Amino acid sequence: MRRILLLASILSLTACSSLGVKPWERDLLAKPEMQLVENPMEMGFDDHTYFSKEGSSGGGSFAGGGCGCN
Amino acid sequence: MQLSLKTKSKIKSKSKTFANISMTLAAATCALAAPATAQPSESDSWDVDLGLLIYAESDDQVQAYEGALSITKQIDDESSINVKGIIDVLTGASPNGAVAQNRAQTFTRPSGNGSYTTAAGDTPLDDTFRDTRVALSTQYQHQLSRLWLYSGGAYLSKEYDYLALSINSALARDFNNRNTTASAGFAFAYDTIEPEGGIPNPGVSVDAADNRLTDSDTKQTLDLLFGLTQVINRQTLMQLNYSLSDISGYQTDPFKILSVVDSNGWANDYVYENRPDQRTKQSLFWRTKYNLQPSGQVLDVSYRYFWDDWGITSHTIDSKWRVQLANQHFIEPHLRYYSQQAADFYRVYLDENQPIPEFMTADYRLGELHTYTIGLKYGFPIAGNEFSVRLEYYLTQVTGDDSLAKGAGMAGVDLYPDKSAIMLQSFYRF
Repeated sequence: MRRILLLASILSLTACSSLGVKPWERDLLAKPEMQLVENPMEMGFDDHTYFSKEGSSGGGSFAGGGCGCN
Repeated sequence: MQLSLKTKSKIKSKSKTFANISMTLAAATCALAAPATAQPSESDSWDVDLGLLIYAESDDQVQAYEGALSITKQIDDESSINVKGIIDVLTGASPNGAVAQNRAQTFTRPSGNGSYTTAAGDTPLDDTFRDTRVALSTQYQHQLSRLWLYSGGAYLSKEYDYLALSINSALARDFNNRNTTASAGFAFAYDTIEPEGGIPNPGVSVDAADNRLTDSDTKQTLDLLFGLTQVINRQTLMQLNYSLSDISGYQTDPFKILSVVDSNGWANDYVYENRPDQRTKQSLFWRTKYNLQPSGQVLDVSYRYFWDDWGITSHTIDSKWRVQLANQHFIEPHLRYYSQQAADFYRVYLDENQPIPEFMTADYRLGELHTYTIGLKYGFPIAGNEFSVRLEYYLTQVTGDDSLAKGAGMAGVDLYPDKSAIMLQSFYRF
């Protein structure tokens, strides 16, 4: 928990400084390949596979698997 | 004329915000119900995603075929709805948890009907692994105000012996000139398992007459996810998530057993496994996307640290590197490494001279393991829409104490066999 608070405080501090861009500087960030989840279906397939085969799940999305595969 | 221009630009800026926050929400709700597309859409437009997955393990173990169809309808500038359907078919054989022996072993099928035999030296595989699953989900997104976005959804998945139902909800808000997005979400799932033959009595011999408890059992999962997305500069985007998952109810695999081994290494009996009814999983997830200039190549690197109260901790590193080629073609190499410590109650086998523990599993997925994925994706336009195909190799190395392969019964047998699989995925968007 301490680790999380530390990370959160670092991020919130840095967020207030010079990070970020002006609206007209979003050309690259707006590209489909720069989206965090550029292909939800691919992410779904991968999450399903790794959830079934490994002891961990979640992180990038909810950890629940929704199937009897584990 | 002026008015109409103003309205138009307002709509444009709204849909941009919508797209921006929806990324975070898409990430949050993806596993349960994935919004079909990450891109902003015009009103009244439909986006359709088709996907196909073939998963094939070596040595005729698990083979899976999965097809998915996802449709997203932009209702108006503020809201969209997604409906997704998945069908998958599983066949093949799966390790039953028993250790290999220097003699043939015969096992009663989990259903109680019939038996199968494993040859000397081989890892026992249950060949009755066969199932068809249908999953349906829907996800609704609504722009509540200029900076707030809501997403909510429902999910249903049905297999022959398993039913999963869940709902999810998330809120996201933009800050700092929309360079920062914070989100919070939850999902609640209610699962029912009804294995053929009933729920086995843990710790009791598979051949005992009284080895079944009830016909079915349930579990409840509450997931919480908190996310922060930060634009670092024109080329860099960073995401940090903390997630907490609390599961209560039946989490034992009713098809897994453990060998009960004597001092000479011979398994004279097999008992059903047992896992705790309570599990709390947590993870920290960090992702960075970086757009290399002037090439436009995109580097996507993520790291996850996972821990739970079963004693499992794991590290996952995932990286993708997208290289744009001419005429909208692209390639994307992918590397993933996963490393996991065993659960506290993981046992390769049980000792005949020791009392049977309350919790025990020999499922390699809860053991110490390292997995490696290497793959390549190739994408190109077909009729103006993106088609991509991805081929991956997935290797699982199970590790443990080799000195446990003792006595005449187990001398020289491989207690931790590697597994490998090929995954083929293809996607089409229109």
